[in-house]
Amino acid sequence: MTISLPPETSSPPRLQPSGWLRYFSFSVDHKVIGLQYLVCGFVFYLIGGALAGAIRTELTSPVSDFMARDVYNQVLTLHGTVMIFLWIVPVVNGAFGNYLIPFYVGARDMAFPRLNAVAFWLIPPAGLMLITSYFLTGAAQSGWTAYPPLSITTPATGQIIWILSVLLLGGSSIFGGINFIATILKLRRPGLKLMQLPMYCWAMLGTSILVVLSTPVLAGTLVLLSFDIVAHTGFFNPTLGGNVVVYQHLFWFYSHPAVYIMVLPAFGLVSEILPVHARKPLFGYVTMVYSIMAIVVLGLIVWAHHMFTSGTPPWMRLFFTIATAFIAVPTGIKFFNWLATLWGGRISLNSAMLFSCGFIVNFVLGGITGVALAQVPFDIHVHDTYFVVAHFHYIVFGGSVFVIFASIYHWYPKFTGRMLNEDLGRLHCALTFIGFNLCFGPQHWLGLNGMPRRVAEYDPQFTLINQISSVGALLMAISTLPFLWNVIHSALSGPVAGDNPWKALTPEWLTSSPPPVENWIGEAPLVEEPYGYGVPPDELDLTATSGRDLWSSGK
Amino acid sequence: MTTTVPTKDQNHSHGEHAEHPDHRMFGLATFLVADAMTFAGFFAAYLTFKAVNPLPDGAIYELELPLPILNTVLLLVSSATFHRAGQAIRQDDHGRCRRWLLITAGLGLAFLVSQMVEYFTLPFGLTDNLYASTFFAATGFHGLHVTLGALMILIVWWQARQPQGRVTAADHFPLEAAELYWHFVDGIWVILFVILYLL
Repeated sequence: MTISLPPETSSPPRLQPSGWLRYFSFSVDHKVIGLQYLVCGFVFYLIGGALAGAIRTELTSPVSDFMARDVYNQVLTLHGTVMIFLWIVPVVNGAFGNYLIPFYVGARDMAFPRLNAVAFWLIPPAGLMLITSYFLTGAAQSGWTAYPPLSITTPATGQIIWILSVLLLGGSSIFGGINFIATILKLRRPGLKLMQLPMYCWAMLGTSILVVLSTPVLAGTLVLLSFDIVAHTGFFNPTLGGNVVVYQHLFWFYSHPAVYIMVLPAFGLVSEILPVHARKPLFGYVTMVYSIMAIVVLGLIVWAHHMFTSGTPPWMRLFFTIATAFIAVPTGIKFFNWLATLWGGRISLNSAMLFSCGFIVNFVLGGITGVALAQVPFDIHVHDTYFVVAHFHYIVFGGSVFVIFASIYHWYPKFTGRMLNEDLGRLHCALTFIGFNLCFGPQHWLGLNGMPRRVAEYDPQFTLINQISSVGALLMAISTLPFLWNVIHSALSGPVAGDNPWKALTPEWLTSSPPPVENWIGEAPLVEEPYGYGVPPDELDLTATSGRDLWSSGK
Repeated sequence: MTTTVPTKDQNHSHGEHAEHPDHRMFGLATFLVADAMTFAGFFAAYLTFKAVNPLPDGAIYELELPLPILNTVLLLVSSATFHRAGQAIRQDDHGRCRRWLLITAGLGLAFLVSQMVEYFTLPFGLTDNLYASTFFAATGFHGLHVTLGALMILIVWWQARQPQGRVTAADHFPLEAAELYWHFVDGIWVILFVILYLL
């Protein structure tokens, strides 16, 4: 643990608006923007959750009785779009990225604070536009993938509004990505080397590279799709000589990396949380870094595994199967690194740790079904069934959302200066874990037995399993209540946290809670060893130049 | 990557969260990578359409070369003239800089006019067939970039006025940014020219 203590200087002048009002302002403070992302994202999570509740209510019976079929289509489209583009992507990237990255690189703010504020303020109008389209003209009905010709033949107004909001959200995402890349590469405190950065920085660097390279392709594709709808061009319209498979290629060129945009930051966050609560250094820092970068490269060349039933030629199937299977290698390395981090640690089973462990369990299950889905013969059997739905939710809910909750429990004391109630947190975790597995576990069986996804009605033989799944969804909805009570009640009257309640070593804990506007009074601390847990300071080789040497000196 | 050059304001407290001027070019370059990926998507779509979607009988998709070659020359020359404007501002010669900027903007406008002439003389329209639609989407998106670039040049031209303009020999970020963007747009055109007109 080497922290150069800053000389005491007077507090810088506060030019930001203060008080709760700044959270509704065009603030350029990265901490305010981070919390804006988080709270805004959570509001959309509640909306998306209500939509999921409507879906599971409809599916408790095999006939379409709770809502009309076209309403069901709108609800599932909105659910997917809201959860991906307005909850997970903005929160794992925008919220925690904006709050933590400047701390981790030892900066006062992001590289482009105003661009940062613009990126956030694109989100609420885009989300509002998307939601209100349901009440005005009917929302889009073609799912979050908006595959033509379905998206061309369903009512145009809702689809166009959907395209516009996704374009705005994509723009927000690109601006955020540019900001993260510039901040991590250009704004590091003097003396702080890349290989000394906390793992979340690497995850965000990799994610931002994916955002910058792949999101523009989706934007261009959606512009072409809107031409098909509005100007009656025929890019993706087979009746006008177009090619729907080209849309699928371009769409998945973004949307497969989008899965990594949702889950790589979660990998980074969990790599921050585990060492703190297991009191051990993060195992295999260097392999972790290379794994992230390998996932970034491989993530860009596996998209067509979503298209094995779209008439892809055999060579393409072969290539994309092999490339996809390769991703299991770096992902597995990360998985075993987390297990090794926990191994022999002094683990405190608090809410942050429990949610992280829940993530590890869920994610490995989702990963295994992912490798299975990459195999062409199996994929053809379960394509467009509930097996894919189950796999996807094990990754993005069991993976990313569990980590989001773990991160909220971990960083809430820093955000607010107050502790959360641990008993309510554990209740929240237990309910979420049981509800989640009860909801999505049985869907593997449904899919293997041929229940198609995205349809409001199903064969009556699936009724019981669907009802079990809906009970799980209800549990997940209930699990939100102790969480909401906890965060609101603790913000007002929770026990005071102090600067560093977890005795953590990463730089955001080496300042007050909540931190001052300029992050530190005085100079930013130089943290060369963010994971130096469990080693007495006098046994640490302070002359070591790389993190690897430091960790090899102490177990 | 060991670019740990700190800006001055990182080392001591300051009350204002300003954009860090030294990193704006880096941010712009990153944005241009993203922008290039949009074009890459259009080009990939065009090449795939050409490879797997033959035109139906009677569909017309023919391009003439003279105007696009003229356009290529216009843009390449305009890159050179913009470069001269940048050299002039570094030598604190505002008059020469602004003349070169005006010439560059003029070349950009000439490109746009020539592109419009081409559009109106082509034997096909936007919705006639798949290749035609993709052609208009790619060239139109590029034309949008040229339009924005020409506007940027005129703004820089205004900012380079003396004595109160903000573009000076010491600090000419707007000019540098517009110049990088303009070279990028020219580079994209060369790729577009090869893919759409020559292949």
